Amino acid sequence: MRPFDYRCATSPTEALSIAGAQPGRYLGGGTNLVDLMRQNIDAPAALIDVSRLPGIIEDTPTGGLSIGASVRNSVAAAHPSVRSRFPMLSRALLAGASAQIRNMATIGGNILQRTRCPYFFDATGSRCNKREPGSGCDAIGGFNRYHAIFGASEHCIATHPSDMCVALAALNATVQVAGPGGERDVPLLDLHRLPGDRPDIETILQPGELITAIALSPSAAAANSTYRKVRDRSSYAFALISVAAGLEVAAGRIVDVTIALGGVAAKPWRALRAEQNLRGAAPTKERFLAAADAELAAAKTLDGNAFKVEFARRTVAAVLCELAGVEP
Amino acid sequence: MAIVINGMDYPLPDDPRVSLLDLLREQLHLTGTKLGCNQGGCGACTVIVDGARVLSCLTLAVQADGREVRTIEGMAAPDGGLHPLQQAFIEHDGFQCGYCTPGQICSAIAMVAELRRGEPSYVTADLAEGPQGATRQEIRERMSGNLCRCGAHNGIVEAIEELLSGEAP
Repeated sequence: MRPFDYRCATSPTEALSIAGAQPGRYLGGGTNLVDLMRQNIDAPAALIDVSRLPGIIEDTPTGGLSIGASVRNSVAAAHPSVRSRFPMLSRALLAGASAQIRNMATIGGNILQRTRCPYFFDATGSRCNKREPGSGCDAIGGFNRYHAIFGASEHCIATHPSDMCVALAALNATVQVAGPGGERDVPLLDLHRLPGDRPDIETILQPGELITAIALSPSAAAANSTYRKVRDRSSYAFALISVAAGLEVAAGRIVDVTIALGGVAAKPWRALRAEQNLRGAAPTKERFLAAADAELAAAKTLDGNAFKVEFARRTVAAVLCELAGVEP
Repeated sequence: MAIVINGMDYPLPDDPRVSLLDLLREQLHLTGTKLGCNQGGCGACTVIVDGARVLSCLTLAVQADGREVRTIEGMAAPDGGLHPLQQAFIEHDGFQCGYCTPGQICSAIAMVAELRRGEPSYVTADLAEGPQGATRQEIRERMSGNLCRCGAHNGIVEAIEELLSGEAP
């Protein structure tokens, strides 16, 4: 690991001021960044530790929930309001990594974690446009079982590894950001970029900007929601595909539905076509499969990941059947 | 800057690159905590920091400033008597080579506290209700961050079940 300066911030203002004086990287739990630094994939000159900033979970005046960026994943997952009002978020958090890593990882860091593409991690042996812009992509034509079926480019086919962000995408979460120019709110869905010709630029955040909290709005669909993750072993593995969904049914018709897919793109993938297909319809397995098909028609697959289309199709239907209480 | 390890104060290293794991093993010679993958994939380096199980390989030692660390060396009673879970591991063949064992035991002790606080896991059916008892499925899911290459997982789960039932000596 290359040498770096370490400073621990006690307030967001102090963190921004340190970052203004010496550009560096904000450090949460370190479960991703420390690993990348040890492998010389990332080498910031300075780390600004924001894991001790005050992090609380509290009700907002408009009936929603605010979760501080330094809250640990395990704390958010176990919080009574998250469990009862946003169960898909609790289950997505619990689907991620291991208990030890969830005890370390912060909400802000989870949002900004880097891809788990093995070619990105193979600094000495593989080309990667994300790690070294312009060098090429060895995942295209390589082992791409874990790679994107939506929104990829000829420069990068990596996926975003977060489970939590898939639930946040389905919940229309807002990310609160503080920066040198003041504070702003960014919809989670707009925070991550698709790769295009600059896969090394992964978010719309500007240098020095710090995620301070996420905000959630309540809904009947959010309260009747879940998260299902399909992976190569039953626990402690990244997703092949995952589904976060919420459903509200009244008088035999779908009133509200929200669906996001994980493991399929460089950002959590909101399944708007599937949602549109379902509003007003009767909740049946056949209709859920048809809605999944409507979304997946736009998928672009590679040799190694074509199976994801059928996986996603069946998992979307299975999750919606569970939420609707109909036979899967 | 200092941390407390098994009840004793220690200074923190000057170099922020030193992981908590390297501080324990290389500088303080507390070699019970094991170096496995060194990248957060195996759980061999699990220790308990302020009551929460974490991976010492991915924790910078400076991030543990002011915190209380408990390692496998701190599990036995002052008179040297084994922790009930250590004894249960012996009785249920919860290991073969023993390399993952300190991490397994630290992880399980903190896991039992999580269960007793009613915290859910990914396999908990009703998240709002919380876990309905410590089923094998619950224990296996909650211990999935600790790999055993010898394949002693069944013995490990049985040892934890014994601890949870309060029957351990």
